[in-house]
Amino acid sequence: MPTFHLQIVTPDGGFYDGDAEKLIVRALGGDVCILPRHAPYVTALGAGEAMVVIDGQRRNAACAGGMLAVTQDDVRLVATTFEWAEDIDKDRAKRAKEEAERRIQSARDAHELEMAKAKLSRALARIKAAG
Amino acid sequence: MAASSMKDIKLRIKSVESTMQITKAMELVASSKLRRAKERAESTRPYFTTLHQTLSDIAYNNTDFTSPFVQKREVKKVCCVMIAGDRGLAGGYNNNLFKATAAAMEGKTLCVLPIGKKAVEYCAHRGIEMVSQDYTSVEDLGLRDCFAIARLLCGQFRQGAFDELYVGYTNFVSMLSQQPAVLKLLPIHYVREEAKTKAESLLEYEPSSNAVYNAIVPEYVGGLLWGAVAESLASELGARRTAMDAASKNAGEMIEDLSLKYNRARQGAITQEITEIVAGAEA
Repeated sequence: MPTFHLQIVTPDGGFYDGDAEKLIVRALGGDVCILPRHAPYVTALGAGEAMVVIDGQRRNAACAGGMLAVTQDDVRLVATTFEWAEDIDKDRAKRAKEEAERRIQSARDAHELEMAKAKLSRALARIKAAG
Repeated sequence: MAASSMKDIKLRIKSVESTMQITKAMELVASSKLRRAKERAESTRPYFTTLHQTLSDIAYNNTDFTSPFVQKREVKKVCCVMIAGDRGLAGGYNNNLFKATAAAMEGKTLCVLPIGKKAVEYCAHRGIEMVSQDYTSVEDLGLRDCFAIARLLCGQFRQGAFDELYVGYTNFVSMLSQQPAVLKLLPIHYVREEAKTKAESLLEYEPSSNAVYNAIVPEYVGGLLWGAVAESLASELGARRTAMDAASKNAGEMIEDLSLKYNRARQGAITQEITEIVAGAEA
């Protein structure tokens, strides 16, 4: 399988730096799939499930915020949060989901509503990625 | 005479000893906090550098200048995020940063977003216009605050409140060396150098260059601020530890010197007393 160099970084520390065969992430307009020799491409990320294929092994993750940049040499995923499925605390995600739903109900202005909705989509992405 | 100077010296020794206790305690606190801050700075560094590198690459290959964040405009006013400490007693840490930013901002109409109590005090003292005075604590500043600051600044930038955005922070080079630096954040404009002959490539944006930049830039600014805060915090603690270490050493030397003087004075007093007694007996 041809591979490309993938770099995933988050504010909490480096996450992954190595070769990958395939990457699927949720961008602003929907899921995008990156394969080797992709044209130079930039997009911003939404909150959603992510999937990386490394050495034929599929790994799921939850990813939210940040950007995806494909250059000629490598693929960089600069995410605000990125968690592998096995690292996700499912109970915490469920609590966050309930909290976000409550906040949507009680939101007083557009900004609060937007923040609560973003929180909800992050929590949903985590729950889905954790399976 | 001798008795009073003995008492003076003893008092001074006591006061130096209590000062030394404080500097010792501060050094210990700084070094235990420093370990955590250093780990944080080191773990954020890949994000910091990759983020900066990615945006520079994008800007380098950019051919679409519809977004306000990549347009170069006439500079009427600049904004600088100044990250200093909450407390003094950290050697030249705060002063070095103020000097470095003042030198970089020389001759420009300036407004500042100070982070840290010392930075707020500095701006208030100098009468520099402040964007916000809400961030008086570097230590408690979280990722969420950084993104909030970034959204605020990007919003103002887009409205034209200022034309360039900088961040003044301190690079944590090592435990003993900290380097103040000023980094330009906005606009993201890369001046193409003739010497660079990298093959030109067409960059695709999805859904559009404008939408992508509007979503990416606040994240970029927030991420870089977060990295800069982590670096500055580690630098502050490093500088404080060094300063307090030097202060404790100085205090130790002073105590040694004063003890010697005290013993001399004591000996002098005894000799004098003996001479007086002998002279009295002879008379």
